[in-house]
This record gives sequence, C-alpha cells and structure tokens, in this order.
Amino acid sequence: MDITNYVVLAAVLFAIGATTVLLRRNAIVVFMGVELMLNATNLAFVTFARMHGDLTGQVLAFFVMVVAAAEVVVGLAIIVTIFRTRRSASVDDVNLLRG
Amino acid sequence: MNDVIGLAPWLIGIPLIGAAILLLGGKATDRWGHWLGVAASAASGVIGFILMFRMIGTPAEERSVDHHLWTWLSAGGLDVDLGLRLDPLSLVFVMLVTFVGTLIHVYSVAYMDHDPHRRRFFAYLNLFVAAMLTLVLADSYLLLFVGWEGVGLASYLLIGFWDTGRPSARENAVAAKKAFVMNRIGDMGLIAAMALLFAGTGALDFATTLSDDTLGSLSEGTATAIGLCLLLAACGKSAQFPLQAWLGDAMAGPTPVSALIHAATMVTAGVYLMVRSGPILEAAPTAQLVVVIVGAVTLLFGAVVGTAKDDIKKALAASTMSQIGYMMLAAGLGPAGYAFAIFHLLTHGFFKAGLFLGAGSVMHAMGDQTDMRRFGGLSRFLPITWITMGLGWLAILGIPPFSGFWSKDGIIEAAFIPVEGQPWRAWVFGTVAVLGAGITAFYMTRLFFMTFGGRRPRWTENQHPHEGSPLMWWPLVFLGVGSAALGLVLGVGGTFVTWLEPVVGHAEHHEPVLPVPVIITSTLVVVVLGALLAFRMYAMSLVPEEAPRGSFLTRAARRDLYQDAANETLVLKPAHGVARLLQVGDRDVVDRGWSLLPQVLSWFGAVFRKAQSGYVRSYAAGMAGGVLVIAVVAWLVVGLGGAQ
Repeated sequence: MDITNYVVLAAVLFAIGATTVLLRRNAIVVFMGVELMLNATNLAFVTFARMHGDLTGQVLAFFVMVVAAAEVVVGLAIIVTIFRTRRSASVDDVNLLRG
Repeated sequence: MNDVIGLAPWLIGIPLIGAAILLLGGKATDRWGHWLGVAASAASGVIGFILMFRMIGTPAEERSVDHHLWTWLSAGGLDVDLGLRLDPLSLVFVMLVTFVGTLIHVYSVAYMDHDPHRRRFFAYLNLFVAAMLTLVLADSYLLLFVGWEGVGLASYLLIGFWDTGRPSARENAVAAKKAFVMNRIGDMGLIAAMALLFAGTGALDFATTLSDDTLGSLSEGTATAIGLCLLLAACGKSAQFPLQAWLGDAMAGPTPVSALIHAATMVTAGVYLMVRSGPILEAAPTAQLVVVIVGAVTLLFGAVVGTAKDDIKKALAASTMSQIGYMMLAAGLGPAGYAFAIFHLLTHGFFKAGLFLGAGSVMHAMGDQTDMRRFGGLSRFLPITWITMGLGWLAILGIPPFSGFWSKDGIIEAAFIPVEGQPWRAWVFGTVAVLGAGITAFYMTRLFFMTFGGRRPRWTENQHPHEGSPLMWWPLVFLGVGSAALGLVLGVGGTFVTWLEPVVGHAEHHEPVLPVPVIITSTLVVVVLGALLAFRMYAMSLVPEEAPRGSFLTRAARRDLYQDAANETLVLKPAHGVARLLQVGDRDVVDRGWSLLPQVLSWFGAVFRKAQSGYVRSYAAGMAGGVLVIAVVAWLVVGLGGAQ
C-alpha cells in the first residue's frame, strides 16, 4: 500500500485533534483532542520508520505513549482540582494569568 | 628700611584682628567696641607713619622693597609666594587709607551713636581698612585680588548696613546687591587679566610681570587684552563708564561709609590698579587710549549727572565719579599722567571725604534730610561745617592755592600733551578736561549754596540745626586743613611727582599744545564762569522747594542719563529673555523629551499586554499558527530551493 495514505491519515487525525483543542471549551474534550494529536504523530513515526527500515521511529512511538500516559494522569488531576474549585470544566473560565 | 619692614604685616593684621574681635566678641564688646575700632585703625596709621619716615630717609632707588612673608601654595612647578611690596606708591595709599580712615572712624563714633549695631559697623570698617591695605600692599596680582574682593565685601556689607527696621531697608539691600553684582563684572575682568598674564608670563607677582624683560616677550595683542581686562576691573571698582550705575545707589549706606569707601579710598582702587600696571598699558597703546576715553567719558558723565541731583549725597557721588574720571584719564596718559593721577587721588581723598563728612554733619543737623531743596541758610547754624565744606568746595573747584588746583591742573596740562601720530588727542582730551572743570565748578557751587546760602531757609517744620559733638567736627577740621594745604605742601616744586618717580618712572618733559599759563588761565576762567552761573542761579535767586520739571537734559541727568534704563534694556532684558528661553527649553524640550521615552515604552507594553489574554486556547492557536507559518516558510524556502 502507498505510504502516502498513512501520512495523509496522520495529518487528518492531527488536524482534527488540533481543531478540537482550539475550538472546544470543555477541558475533557480538549484533552481528547490532545490524545488524538499524539496518536497522529505516533502513526507518522511508525510510518516513516517502516519507510526507512529503521527502528528509531517505532521506539519514539513507545516514548510518546509513555509520556501521554503520564500526561493524562497529571492533566486529569489538574482538571479535577479546577472543577472542584470552580464548578466548571471550561478552559475559558481559567484565565487568571492574563496581562 | 629693612629694620622696620617687619612692622608692615601689622598694618593689615591689626585692623583684621580688630574686626575679628568685634565680630566674634558679639554683644560683650558693645560698650567699648567702637573705640577698639578707632584704636586699630589709628595703630595702623602709626605704623604707616613710621614706615613713611623711614622711607623718606632712604635713598630714592632703594625705596621699593618686596617683603616676602611665606609661600602661599606650592604645586609642582607653580610656587605662589605671598608678600608685601612697600614703595612710594603703596605708602601713599597706606597714609591716605589709615589717616582718612581713622578720622572717619572717629567721626562715626558720634555719627552712629544711636545705632544699636554700632559695634558691627566698626567691625566692617576695620575689615575694610585691612582689605584695602592688603590691596595696596600686595606684591602680586593674586594677593591684590584678595584685597580687591575684601573691599568689595566690606563695601557690600556697609551699603546694606541699614537693611532692617527702616522704611528704606529694602532699597538699601537692593543697592548693596547692585553694587556687589556690578563689581563682580569688573572682578571677572581682573581674573581674566590674571589668567592672560599667567599664560603669557608664567607669573603673577609685580616684580616679574612688570619687568621690561617679561613685557618685552609679550605680544602687543596679549598686552592689549590684559590691559583691557584690567580696565574692566578698574571700571567696576571705580564706578567708571559703563559700570558706574552702582555708585549713586551706594549712597544708601551710612554717610561715613560713603566718605571712606565710596569717595576717598575703595573707588580709587581702579586708579591704583591702572597706575600699578602702568608698564603693561605702555606696551599696549590701544588699551591706553581706551583708558583715556573711559576716563574722559566718565568725567563728563558724572559732572552732568551732578548738576541735576537734589540729593546732597548723590550729587557728591556723581562728583566722585567725575573726579575719578580725571584720575583714570591721567592714568591712561602714561608716565606723564601717573603721578598726577595719584596726586589727584590723594587730594580728592581729603577734600571729598571732607565734603561727605560735611554732608553727614548737615544731615545729622537736619534730621537725616538729604534733599538740598529743603536746606538753605545753614551757614549761620553750622559754622564749622560751613567753613570746612567751603575749603573742600574751593579745593574741588581747583582754585589756587587749594589742593585740587595742584593736582587737577597737572592732569589738564598732561591731557594737553600731544601724542605722536594722533594730534587730535591732545585737543579733544584737553578740552574735555577743561570743560569738566567748568561743570564741576557749576555743580559744586550749586551744592554749596543750596545748602549754606540763601536768605530764606527752606527747612521742613520743627528743625533746629546745630553742630554735632566735637568728635564729628574735629575730623572735619583735619580734612578741611588737608583740602586747603595738601596741594601746596606736596605740589610746589613737584615734591610729590619726585616722590613717586621710583615707581612710575621719570616722565620726559613734553610741551603741551598750548602754553602752560594759557591752560591755567583758561581753566580758571571756565571754573569761575561755572561757579558764577551757579551762584546766580542758586544763591542770588530763590530755589524752589519742589524741583522744576527742567529741560530734557536736566531730566535725563536726574535719572543718571538713563544709565539704569540702558542697563535694564541692554543687559537685564536680554538676560531675562535668555533665562526664560532656557527655562522653557528645559521644561518643554528636554524634560518632555525624557518623559516621552517611558510613555512610548508603556504604550508598547499596553499593546503587547493584550496578547496575554489568559485564555489557554488563544495561546494554543498562537502556537499552531506560528508552527504553520514556520512550516510554510520552510516549505517555500527549502521546497523552492530544491525545485531549482
């Protein structure tokens, strides 16, 4: 199968993820967008590893998964804390650090 | 000479210590302070007499002695020594300052009797005597400058002596400030002259700078610059045109001050400076000509102002200005004039001090009235003042054999001596000098008869004029005798000229453009005409109590020939304008420019702050957009580059 298809799929997934992050207000949904973007990069890594016959990309994909797992733990904890104090999961309500 | 030279520093030291005791002693010295002041001045006078007698006994060529005191400062190649120079010239001044000064001290004891600050007055007088003696005894321009500033300070303090508790207190303080500021302009000249002299010769002491070798190495341009700077200094101190405006106002001080400082001694310091710096002026004929012109202009200026003043002290001040003009004119004439400049200075010191003290005596008798239109007929009530002022009057008129004749006539003759290549000079300056003598005769006769003459007194009510205490009239008698006889004693046979010869050099005899008897006769004729005119106007006819409006010239002369107005327009207004311009420039350009910088910075801050919205999604959009831009740029650059 043509390798271009994988790259295009990765790009489409990344774009969907990015759009989700930029457009949605709910922190949980934003989070899901982030996961989608991470998986899109994983797909691209694996694809290019296959193309070059080199394992580096596949190894990096594992790293991304580990980091994503850790990130989910910390991120969800933050979201829960914010929800407890603000009674809201909207990212636009957390704007105290403005200039 | 050398055995008594050790006394010389005490000439200055004793009055200085006197001033220090009186100023530091405070109220404790109130009771006897004035007598301490008199004693300090008199002690200086006694030392002066001792030195004078020793000098007379010394051969002429050994009479100039430099007495080294100590090294003032030593900095690398520069050694400034402090020393005193005793020579016939400085000793003449020592005698004048201490003798007239002591008489005026004595007079002041009575004149200032009711003043609560009499002790302070005597402290300042002693300070003045010490400073004036420093000025004339200095052996270098630098020490001369110390004395020069010292007399300026004393003059300032004494003009403004009555700066509290009187209706005129504010005017007195302003007059003092005016004198001080105008003197500073002159002092700038002296500093500049010293700087030029030091740059040109590397020294400031008279022995080096005034020697022929040193002056020979100066270019004429430098000598002219130094001469003109010295003239500026002399103009400030001696109230010569165009820096003369302060002298009239300086009459705000107590009358003994006017007599001592603003008539007899301090204001003649400029003439001393000119004569002392004679060799420099001789190396600069242009500067010399300017000195003569300044003298001639001031001579007429002061005389014209004197004709219109109704205030007895201001009339005398104008006269002082005019008489110093004569001295200045003589000082610019070279060796032929120096001796007569100093001679006139000496006789003027006596007769003008006498006239001022006489005026003080009249004011004392008339309850501080100074308007001559409210005097008249005083000769019966103040006989001693009348006679002594009469002697001063005849002396200043130059009637032989009174003292003014011998000195002023010498100046007029010297003014008529032709200068090679400039035949007009003798005629112009000679005529001015004769004319000045005529106007002098007019205004002094006017003053004399407005005060003492007239059958009908024009006094204000409840006035009972009477002579003051003997302390007041004895000094008058001494000065009156001096006015009458000093010229005769020193003038006959050229005693005084010979006495000064070791300092000012021997003047080659030149014939004036007119025969001497003609000059003397015509001067006397002009003087008598001026006096008769004044006699007709102010003694034969009634003097109105209110000043008539008068002609244009009278009105101008009453206002000092618009000198204050001219200063106001030509100097003060432009200076104010520049100051205002600088103030506005500083506030509106410099200050505003600097406050613009933080304004711009905070404006930038306000703009960029908007980017920090606090919305995490906008930051994410920024990042995404940024990455996109980088990607596009990279694709364009690398992609297009690759395509080639």
